[in-house]
Amino acid sequence: MLLGRTANGLYWMSRYIERAENMARLVDAGLRLALTRTTDSIEEWKSVLVSAGADRTFAGSGRELVDTEVIDFLLRDLSNPSSVMSSIETARSNARMVRTALTRETWESINEAWMSLKRMLARPVDQRDLPSVLDAIKRETALIRGAFHGTMLRNEIFDFSQIGTFVERADNTARILDVKYYVLLPSISWVGSSLDNYQWESILRSVSAHRSYRWVYEADYKPAHIADFLILNRRMPRSLAFCYHNILESLDFLAENYGVTHACHATATQTAERLKTATIKDVFDAGLHEFLADFIRDNNRLGDEVAAAYRFY
Amino acid sequence: MVAFDEMRPENAGLRRPYATYNEWLSAQDPARLTEKTRDAERVFRKTGITFAVYGQEEAAERLIPFDIVPRIISGSEWRRLTQGIEQRVQALNAFLDDIYHRQEILRAGRVPKRLIAENEAFLPEMIGVRPPAGVYTHIIGVDIVRTGENEFYVLEDNARTPSGVSYMLENRETMMQLFPELFQKVKVLPVENYPQLLRRSLSAVKPDGVSGPPTVAVLTPGLYNSAYFEHAFLADQMGVELVEGQDLRVVDGHVAMRTTEGYKRIDVLYRRVDDAFLDPLTFRPDSTLGVPGIMDVYRAGNITIANAPGTGIADDKAIYSYMPEIIEFYTGRKAILGNVPTWRCSEADSLKYVLEHLDELVVKEVHGSGGYGMLVGPAASKKEREAFAAKLKARPANYIAQPTLALSTCPILTEEGLAPRHVDLRPYVLVSDRIRIVPGGLTRVALKEGSLVVNSSQGGGTKDTWVLDD
Repeated sequence: MLLGRTANGLYWMSRYIERAENMARLVDAGLRLALTRTTDSIEEWKSVLVSAGADRTFAGSGRELVDTEVIDFLLRDLSNPSSVMSSIETARSNARMVRTALTRETWESINEAWMSLKRMLARPVDQRDLPSVLDAIKRETALIRGAFHGTMLRNEIFDFSQIGTFVERADNTARILDVKYYVLLPSISWVGSSLDNYQWESILRSVSAHRSYRWVYEADYKPAHIADFLILNRRMPRSLAFCYHNILESLDFLAENYGVTHACHATATQTAERLKTATIKDVFDAGLHEFLADFIRDNNRLGDEVAAAYRFY
Repeated sequence: MVAFDEMRPENAGLRRPYATYNEWLSAQDPARLTEKTRDAERVFRKTGITFAVYGQEEAAERLIPFDIVPRIISGSEWRRLTQGIEQRVQALNAFLDDIYHRQEILRAGRVPKRLIAENEAFLPEMIGVRPPAGVYTHIIGVDIVRTGENEFYVLEDNARTPSGVSYMLENRETMMQLFPELFQKVKVLPVENYPQLLRRSLSAVKPDGVSGPPTVAVLTPGLYNSAYFEHAFLADQMGVELVEGQDLRVVDGHVAMRTTEGYKRIDVLYRRVDDAFLDPLTFRPDSTLGVPGIMDVYRAGNITIANAPGTGIADDKAIYSYMPEIIEFYTGRKAILGNVPTWRCSEADSLKYVLEHLDELVVKEVHGSGGYGMLVGPAASKKEREAFAAKLKARPANYIAQPTLALSTCPILTEEGLAPRHVDLRPYVLVSDRIRIVPGGLTRVALKEGSLVVNSSQGGGTKDTWVLDD
């Protein structure tokens, strides 16, 4: 037995923890690319803002489009609901709300992450401290995940959290790809350009996949491989296929638990099936951008359907 | 004014209950104790045991300072206290039942009628309603102060929604973590089973129609309430749902909560929401914290609300001054635990006395709580007293006054070593088919030297309270 409000709190708690982590990675990748000097760093920060889904709020913030401002906006600005600090605040207040559903370890890890990031992000971050701050954000969220996976009973509480985590992650990966889809198109890109190499590495880096890529594919970056890795590879923990495998698994447990399926089950099954049977060639043939746009839309719809099915409101 | 020190009273040496503890204490390195104090604070912050102080935005979540020196009560002292407390809560429940039914005590002229009729805490909606199992106030926190070896007084009865019990539990938990060896040496009676007792107690007063174990839930005003931590803690420890008004509605004559599988009935609601917010159809129409229609369900006998609506009439500070009469009226015996002498400023003679002796008295608002809006005469400046006198004259019925008691002291650990500070005690009482009192309670301590105000909202701290198994 679980309150609808609690399921809602768990779902958003997990989404926001995931979001905080993704935001740190995006900033990390942006920083890396800006350092190469072969690219126009303002353009890069613009695309980071778009990937973060924060370009409009940034434009409305009155801030100047320079790296320090973008970084500050993405890490600390409480008027940006997706900034790391906002995300951690929201994750924690959801965790406080569902506290009775969490193990002590999980709650404490979230509370401690909140305390240490609040301290760390109290003032604008000095450029020199940026790498260690980004590391700390990733470390804190990793600790939460560790406590969560190590101590939580695999029941409906776990499932609603999982669904939140993977809906958020899938959205994030799809956005990163969509912002950069043009550098992955075979017709435009040519192998060997240092610009493209940096761009490709940046895509992989923003999902922490620049090393694991080499374990799976050859050392050279190839657009089709990168797209395959992030969209279809079922062993890659940030790929769309991996996310949907986990979402579907949790939804199936819920259906088994409650003895009833809802619209969200059909939506998730359909998306998971598409990711399982498609080849990367199919995706490119149908149009990478179109594929990703459809995916983002369906993924959002899934979130709404889950909320309706399980009486979040 | 010399206060009674519970560890080392003046000219009397170490008191017995502290003997073993003192032996251990004198063998400790002071630096280690200071370190342990910091450990305790880390534990509290980590677990998020915080409370909100209204009107202090920057400190939206604060810790209540915790002192690592326990307050120790002997088994025989405790037994005497519990007899007095049991008598008192029996009288409180009998009084409530009477006030909402035959009003014998008013007819007998022992309590003035206008005190009830003009009291905001009196709910006409409860007239003639008999709660399940006839219990009105299920959870009571009785504030007790001590002034000497055998002198205990009840300062206040908290019969509505007493808070602080989570601190009693967490303080013990923390002490056991910090000083496990100490608990091997000293036999301390356990308080850890309070949540189980609470659940058992609440289940025992389920509505008549419920066969089998009832569904219990805790109703909280939500995240931003100052005691939210406690609400979540108790729900968690009891293994029941923590619900908010937005989760509840009346379905087919029962209160039900919205779950991931639809609406599910609740039989017993431990509410931590004030009467006024409980039902917008009956009380404050703008309330979003309650459940529209819950009072109809209640009157139909389909839900137990703990504590019952309208119990505030029993712990009102104006009623408090009549407690000795109330206890005698319903139990036929004199009160075992005395009241602090109280002047009701509504009475002309008393008001005159109070105004003439403001520099010696503590004056409190009749409906106030949390130490807000009170005057501690001896500690106040002349200007403050004059300002207060004006308020007093404008609305005398709004105030009571009590002598400034020399509250007993217990040592706390300060940077300069042990130092005495004033304390009070709030034991928690559960009433259902029987009365249960966990051996212990919340000891609140005024951290400022000489201060008599122990409320956490006014800079008070807490201590673990030990009742010895002797």
